[in-house]
Amino acid sequence: MNDEVLLEQFLAGDRQAFCELVVRYQPSILGIARHYVNSASTAEDVAQDTWMAVLRGAEKFEGRSSFKTWLFQIAANRARRTGTREHRVISVDPVDTVAATRFSSGGMWNEPPEPFTDLLGSQLDNVDVLRRVRDAISALPDPQKSVVTLRDVEGLTTSEVANILDLSEANIRVLLHRARAKIRTSLEDFKGTEQ
Amino acid sequence: MALIKSINCRQAVALISDYLDGALTTRNRLRLERHLAACDACSAYLDQMRVTITLTGTVGPEDLSPEALEELGNIFDLYQAESKDDEQ
Ligand SMILES: [Zn+2]
Repeated sequence: MNDEVLLEQFLAGDRQAFCELVVRYQPSILGIARHYVNSASTAEDVAQDTWMAVLRGAEKFEGRSSFKTWLFQIAANRARRTGTREHRVISVDPVDTVAATRFSSGGMWNEPPEPFTDLLGSQLDNVDVLRRVRDAISALPDPQKSVVTLRDVEGLTTSEVANILDLSEANIRVLLHRARAKIRTSLEDFKGTEQ
Repeated sequence: MALIKSINCRQAVALISDYLDGALTTRNRLRLERHLAACDACSAYLDQMRVTITLTGTVGPEDLSPEALEELGNIFDLYQAESKDDEQ
């Protein structure tokens, strides 16, 4: 069921609909909160506060963005106000997202990568592959984890993610590139062990 | 058109994420596309990145503990009780 329908249902008093949205979005909301506050318990307070604001209609959804973008923005605003973290500085120094040893001194592949095509298709719901991706995301440092979650898992635009995390779009792209490269490496290792 | 400086595989790899997001400058996009047209290895890497992003889009949210869900469910009940008070 889509988010907007669930929103209507819970505003009309349906607890189940509310819980469904909580299951869908609480982890991402916590991630956003942790971007701004220092402790897990403060992040949980921010998340509770966010849901309460939605329940009370203190914030009204007017469909100018998707429901989740709107929800994440509420969380970001509240977390920002509570914010206890030092301003983040994102290093934009180039880092090797593929191990330097994979390239020759002239920058050519020593051992070329192989397409992942067989990880897709009928295996899209392959439990092991998806668990691998999930573990790789969990292992990412913040804020790479938040960026890849909002952009590639939740499907927000780069500018929406930049807005929610108070980072420049250039920073978002750098973080996204690093995060995707690590997930890719993890899948490549996984594929190596399968064969 | 002015000559476009060619890039090696290591440089190509650094551009692929932005390329998939349509975020490269025209110059860099042309450099990369020219490299990809001649390099099977980097084309395979591009495919890997596409698959990686597609798979990432299917994992869904992390699991929420039953306790956390219960706690937030309680917020809903609290709110319901609150709004009933308001009506009286
Ligand atoms: Zn190449």
